[in-house]
Amino acid sequence: MLHAIVLLLVCQLAGETLAHFLSLPLPGPVIGMVLLLAALMLRLPLPQAMGDTADGILRHLSMLFVPAGVGVVQQLDLLGAEGGRLLVVVVLSTVIALAVTALTFTWVAKLVGGTEAPPEEKAE
Amino acid sequence: MTRFVDLWVYLSGTPLLWLTVTLVAYVAADAISAALYRNPIANPVLIAILLVSVLLLASKTTFPAYFAGAQFVHFLLGPATVALAVPLYRHLPEVKRALIPMLSALILGSVAAICSAVLLAEYLDLGRAATLALAPKSSTAAIAMGIGEKIGANPALVAMLTIMTGITGAIVVTPLMNLLRLKNYAARGFAAGLVSHGIGTARAFQVNSLAGTFAGIALGLNGLVTAILVPLLLPLLLR
Repeated sequence: MLHAIVLLLVCQLAGETLAHFLSLPLPGPVIGMVLLLAALMLRLPLPQAMGDTADGILRHLSMLFVPAGVGVVQQLDLLGAEGGRLLVVVVLSTVIALAVTALTFTWVAKLVGGTEAPPEEKAE
Repeated sequence: MTRFVDLWVYLSGTPLLWLTVTLVAYVAADAISAALYRNPIANPVLIAILLVSVLLLASKTTFPAYFAGAQFVHFLLGPATVALAVPLYRHLPEVKRALIPMLSALILGSVAAICSAVLLAEYLDLGRAATLALAPKSSTAAIAMGIGEKIGANPALVAMLTIMTGITGAIVVTPLMNLLRLKNYAARGFAAGLVSHGIGTARAFQVNSLAGTFAGIALGLNGLVTAILVPLLLPLLLR
């Protein structure tokens, strides 16, 4: 458990460092995720509790957005006279983008025989 | 009464109070969500935010005072993002098989998110400041604020619209996908993560781990694609 947490932080720190020095347009933690994925794919010797620790922290991912969300509520006056229309744009645009994304994914998957196709013969 | 005031003054000076309030509010919100059979409208993030905000307003607590305690929860967002690599690794075969659908949905979805926001804002005669702040709203908050800075939008407004987009997507994704009769959980999760970043990803993990995995990939990829597309598309979209 401790080793797994340390590894998560080390990956994040490495990610932040890379993002800073290479001025990448991605946040450090996202680069950290790529680094951890690379370590997993290379089958490096990782802490045994890695899986359980990740599951534990991701099970309550929602909770981690509460402080930032509360910050937003404190700034509602920023919305000003345009608040109602801004909400309309956010809701409609969210619905449109969700539909376009999911429909494209499903159609292309059917076209190329993607996710619904039977698993390909074992590669590794 | 004075003893209560003394206790309040003592407790509100330590991070413990607002850290605990944040956790208790979330546990309560999660219980409400579970009691309502995980109905998407009873979004635990939204309920917890409302509970804490009412408490802050009632006790006249400033946000910096609150955040001194809540920052410990906020901090975990970083390690949690790194941890997304684990379910991603577990579902690697499914992800490899879905590479072409994923990349197609990534480009079209990202363009749809940016264009629909900017065009709707122009149609509704929103000011330039609001229109600019809406453009990066589907990328994760850290990236959205970075893009906002580059295109001259107010970062605080960008952050607010980004979080509103996250909560909206987390609420509407399940009913919308059912309406569209889409049963492919990879596609549903990918859409949730692409449009509603971390909050959509959290919702997808509530549904199942495959949806959550694809949401996590979409969150990372769309952060990158939005950062590239917004500066390219804006000059074409703005009147």
